[in-house]
Amino acid sequence: MQEGAVLQMRGICKYFPGVRALQDVDFTLREGDIHALMGENGAGKSTLIKVLTGVYPKDAGQIFMKGSEKPLSIKSPQDAQKLGISTVYQEITLCPNLTVAENMYIGRTKGALTNWKQINAGAAKILESLGIPAEPTQQLASCSIAVQQMVAIARAVDMDCKVLILDEPTSSLDEREVAKLFKLMLDLKARGVGIIFVTHFLDQVYEVCDRITVLRDGMLVGEYVIEDLPRVQLVSKMLGKELDDLSGMQKQETAAQEEVAQTPVLEAAQLVSTAGVKPFDFTIQKGEVNGFTGLLGSGRSECVRAIYGADRVTGGVVKMNGQRVKISKPLDAMKHGVSYLPEDRKRDGIVGDLSVRENIILSLQVMKGFFKPFTRAQAEAFADEYIKLLDIKTASTDTPIKSLSGGNQQKVILARQLLSNPVYLILDEPTRGIDVGTKVDIQKLVLKLAADGKSVTFISSETDEMLRTCSRLIVMRDRKVVGELRGSDLTQSKIMTTIAGGEE
Amino acid sequence: MPSTTNNTTAGTFKAFLLRLVRRQIFIPVAALLILVLFNLIADPSFFAITLDQNSAGDPVFSGYLITILNNASELAILAIGMTLVTSASGGQDISVGSAIAIAGSVVLRVLCGTNSRPETLQAPIIVAFLVCCVVAMLFGAFNGILVSVFKIQPMVATLILFTAGRSIAAWINNNELPIISEVSFGYYGNFIPGIPIPTPIFIAVACMLVIALVLKFTNLGLYAQSVGINAEASRLNGINPTWIKFITYVILGLCVAVAGFIKVSRFSTLNYSVIAKDIEMDAILAVALGGNALSGGKFNMPASILGAYVIQFLTTTLFKFNVVSSALPAYKAIVVIVLVVLSAPLVRDKIAEVWKKIAPVKAVKEAN
Repeated sequence: MQEGAVLQMRGICKYFPGVRALQDVDFTLREGDIHALMGENGAGKSTLIKVLTGVYPKDAGQIFMKGSEKPLSIKSPQDAQKLGISTVYQEITLCPNLTVAENMYIGRTKGALTNWKQINAGAAKILESLGIPAEPTQQLASCSIAVQQMVAIARAVDMDCKVLILDEPTSSLDEREVAKLFKLMLDLKARGVGIIFVTHFLDQVYEVCDRITVLRDGMLVGEYVIEDLPRVQLVSKMLGKELDDLSGMQKQETAAQEEVAQTPVLEAAQLVSTAGVKPFDFTIQKGEVNGFTGLLGSGRSECVRAIYGADRVTGGVVKMNGQRVKISKPLDAMKHGVSYLPEDRKRDGIVGDLSVRENIILSLQVMKGFFKPFTRAQAEAFADEYIKLLDIKTASTDTPIKSLSGGNQQKVILARQLLSNPVYLILDEPTRGIDVGTKVDIQKLVLKLAADGKSVTFISSETDEMLRTCSRLIVMRDRKVVGELRGSDLTQSKIMTTIAGGEE
Repeated sequence: MPSTTNNTTAGTFKAFLLRLVRRQIFIPVAALLILVLFNLIADPSFFAITLDQNSAGDPVFSGYLITILNNASELAILAIGMTLVTSASGGQDISVGSAIAIAGSVVLRVLCGTNSRPETLQAPIIVAFLVCCVVAMLFGAFNGILVSVFKIQPMVATLILFTAGRSIAAWINNNELPIISEVSFGYYGNFIPGIPIPTPIFIAVACMLVIALVLKFTNLGLYAQSVGINAEASRLNGINPTWIKFITYVILGLCVAVAGFIKVSRFSTLNYSVIAKDIEMDAILAVALGGNALSGGKFNMPASILGAYVIQFLTTTLFKFNVVSSALPAYKAIVVIVLVVLSAPLVRDKIAEVWKKIAPVKAVKEAN
């Protein structure tokens, strides 16, 4: 056990069928430290936390806590709680219809009789000492989300927690609430509580954290003291690209860089939706491929969803081909020739039990109208054409789409978008979770579409892919647009410095 | 696999059987065949159809088969609407029985006016029917709004009308039980003079034709299934899930109106607390028997309708064997459990698997 450490995890491994979720990961948390756990999606952050809190059993490795020489076995969240490990999740897991005090003591009172007076007094004391603006007898639901989270933290503190895990606590808070939460975190830090802070917001990490542990693809990249790790370094470690390599890397496809004729297809000014991204301006030219880039949760998807009318648009002006248009629901966008491939294929894209054929014609069919269904022969012809064009591997056009592989499902959804013959395609993570060959096919297709005069917005978590296809990148950080890169600025290192924000 | 054996005709036959077993409509067909077989063995006279004279002196067909086809009409019509509601909203409307009481009450109210024993009809029958359709569709719309706009679970949302419906029906006629003496009103639930086949059978067939045409010439089927499987993906492709769910409840309302009209015509009066009692459960069962997932999504309309006839076949068979009417539900429950378990995809996959294992052995034996 290291000096001053409150928790130590050594050589943690966790396998899921076909996936190494964690491989030989070490993690050390010191007393009175706020320790950021960083990594992109799928890096293994949540798996590590679930192993620590007993949600998943670990396949290998040891966990130590201060005061115990033997490795601990944590088999359930209850075990973890007994050891003083408490977790506060992004979604509140308390009971909103109980009072604040009841929530703090639920499941912890002994015996059949409960002295509520005493409990309320105890709760009041804790709330006051932590500076949480809530009354013990107030119903929890009447508190703001931030206060609810603080109550969850207060509960943890009262249970004598030594390790506090905050899993994305700030994603539904506004700036003022975040400041309050940080003050509470610093209070706890002063009391010697070790805090593990999981977040996607870089600014917040640099505001309160002492150390950062970076994970990537289930492996430990390293543990760093915050002063020693500039933002750019952090971003490059999360993405797995060394800066030196990156600056030397040149664009491989020159075609994408060619200046495109300046005829705007879609122009949006101060567009804002209910999804919580700052109002943004956006333009795309005929035959242009542009992209939104930024870390996960930076607001990329929310921007394109606002353009497509997938979320409720609350402000801004949209013009198509110079004409002002109103896009308030997906059908409006479709009728104006805008097509959208959603980020989460399974949740928003495929209609699982329907056949490949029905999935392909769906969008065009809706545009054609309720009373004008395609005949079976027409539908078959469309399906056959696109199955051939995109080389979709399916037993027949009647096969339910859910029985296809991920890559082929994605191609079917792409076929659906292409069939409706849009002038402007939005592709949000079209290559996620699919094999390399299909990825390349899709990138080629995007470039071909642009050459045919269509406009495409391409979003991908993989920056090389964006660099190969896009001639202009809009960079986002913490839910606002922070920059736009084009021409010679389109390099990995430039993207990273812009994502990281200002420094260097 | 059967196709690998040299006995190709047997092989293809088995492959054909295997395909048949996997077809959704196989379950209600198989259930029907079992019932037919049972009756054939027990008493072949079950299938006799005779030409008798009814009380009015007209020649009419009678026999158990005719009874089944006749009595299943309301259920088959309801099964149409229930299938759509199930598909789009992933839940069922349990208020159809109560709604039939309302629809029937409306028909009587319009035909009788304020007098509960009128000498002559106070309005043309067609007007009564149309008013009944509008009212039933409005109640369907009420359910539909609760489910689609307020996102209340279908069973909970329709529980309201399930509870209140029969009281509303009684209130419409000031709690009186009007009786219609006009003979022509009875034609729709019984026989039209000169035609030996019960009228409800024609009405049910007409409803099936209408829904077949609607499904062929509109996208109702595609949209309802798409919304039931993945509402968010449907929305992003321009479908309005709220509207589609709503419209299925309105269509079910129309089915309720037609069924209710047949029901009152059968007796020329109605008893608010008994009419169409428990029919909602039979309608839901028909959907389930048709192999449709009660959680929504893909549906097979012919299978649902066939399911309705299977249920009536079962009821009539039990009656024939003198099962006391109070014991009827218990017998039905047993049969239903067996059928529903057999139709569960899990069990069907297992059956298909076992079949596959047996088939090659048999084929080899045959080859020898």
